[in-house]
Amino acid sequence: MIDVENLTIRFGPRSPLVVKGVSFSVERGKSFGLVGESGCGKSTVLRAISGLNRNYGGRISLDGKPLEPERSKAFFRDVQMVFQDPYGSLHPRKTVRSQLIEPLRNQNLPIKENAVADVLKAVGLDPSLGYRFPHQLSGGQRQRVAIARALILDPPVLLLDEPTSALDVSVQAEILNLLADLQKERGLTYLLVSHDMAVIAHLCSRVAIMNGGEIVEETGIDQIRSGHVQHPYSQRLLSASRAYGKQEMRPAEIMSSA
Amino acid sequence: MTEPLIDVRNMEISFAHGFVKAVRGVSFQLGREKLGIVGESGSGKSTVGRAIMRLLPPTAKVTADRMTFHDTDLLAASEKRMMEIRGKQIGLILQDPKYSLNPVMRVGEQIAETYRLHYPKVGRKAAETKVLEMLEAVKIRDPQRVFRLYPHEVSGGMGQRIMIAMMLIAEPEVLIADEPTSALDVTVRLDVLALLDELVSRRNLGLIFISHDLNLIRKFCDRVLIMYAGRVVEVLKASELDNAQHPYTQGLLASLPSIENPPARLPVLTRDPSWLTQPTIGA
Repeated sequence: MIDVENLTIRFGPRSPLVVKGVSFSVERGKSFGLVGESGCGKSTVLRAISGLNRNYGGRISLDGKPLEPERSKAFFRDVQMVFQDPYGSLHPRKTVRSQLIEPLRNQNLPIKENAVADVLKAVGLDPSLGYRFPHQLSGGQRQRVAIARALILDPPVLLLDEPTSALDVSVQAEILNLLADLQKERGLTYLLVSHDMAVIAHLCSRVAIMNGGEIVEETGIDQIRSGHVQHPYSQRLLSASRAYGKQEMRPAEIMSSA
Repeated sequence: MTEPLIDVRNMEISFAHGFVKAVRGVSFQLGREKLGIVGESGSGKSTVGRAIMRLLPPTAKVTADRMTFHDTDLLAASEKRMMEIRGKQIGLILQDPKYSLNPVMRVGEQIAETYRLHYPKVGRKAAETKVLEMLEAVKIRDPQRVFRLYPHEVSGGMGQRIMIAMMLIAEPEVLIADEPTSALDVTVRLDVLALLDELVSRRNLGLIFISHDLNLIRKFCDRVLIMYAGRVVEVLKASELDNAQHPYTQGLLASLPSIENPPARLPVLTRDPSWLTQPTIGA
């Protein structure tokens, strides 16, 4: 569904490469995870795919067709993005309803009477919330609205940039379940960026591990679950994430064993 | 437990003339141990930490049957006395070094400033030596160089070490760490925690560790208070977190995604209104 070939990104003509030749492809109807520490370039890759950053080298194609750096209007009907922070990504002075209608208006699509109510129901919100402002919603509700805004154009692809890292664990569970359900119902393709290995493992079937602007390893989720990763960096990242999980260990022991 | 460092009984905090009750009857004692406070956003955990330092805005109304640090009544203490306590006797580490360091001052000078404020007789040169020692203690490799850097020139992990150095240089007895590692990557997080663990154990401090991260609290603390809507709903030994009795704690634990064997659906926490009225638990 999404093919990225030898993607390179730099900010400014003389600055070093931030993304150094990244290639991967995402199958239709599957979830692909990009994981890495802050500054490894994972969000930068996502922004290039979404069309927010036009200055990139290499090829990005959608559904077999190569994309121009300047994205067409039609592109946004196929690909929508959900951002990390629902507090920052919703307009503070517009009602939920008017923000949800905006993508339809941009695309010159007819605004059906119950379009907003339907999409709010799809993300598990009561349609009456459409008349509220973002500050009248909780963090989890806001992230649901952000997902609803991405879904209202009924795109086959969603780009998810750390969709749960600003939320509490209990709310994170609700949003992860919602994303899994929506994928099942609508056959969506997800490209998920996260620093949290457990979130990636929950949602994705394939994972690329990034470090320093490069993909050091691409692997299936079973290898991640069983801990069979090859690259030393992936091993380090995975053991740090696991050490974080169930085993009873003191931080000092984790460091010596990692 | 020997003589507690901090003793809080029935602390209540309200905002907006009592309309919003952020903390409703929290009691605990802190000895020379690592006490975790865990809860979701809005449960009042950070408010408790700030109330102990008397750093809440004037609109907050704090009452308690008892709120003491050693023999000092923290509710009645003068602002002058509080200035002595803050930093020198109780230190506070905040979440994000990016926002809590002064952006236009070299980090070494910021640490030295803290030291000289609490020990006014120390000269500039002696303070600088002490800062370099402290930077070394928080495992910064090249203290001479880092001393001269500005906050925007250091990474998140290093920034948090600098915060820790700044808080420990005045040698407080109690440290309150409010989400000290939430802004950091997992790999760096463990380094910073190991460091904090070592320094707290070696100096025999009392630590209040505020976090929403159950895994972290489980690893790091001796005892845990679980807060929900301004109340303490459960108190546990950190090692016995898996045997939690309260449905809220169980729900929080169950909703964590796992790497090894993720369930098809994550169990979602259902909140029981009766949790709001259950009596709070002392610790």
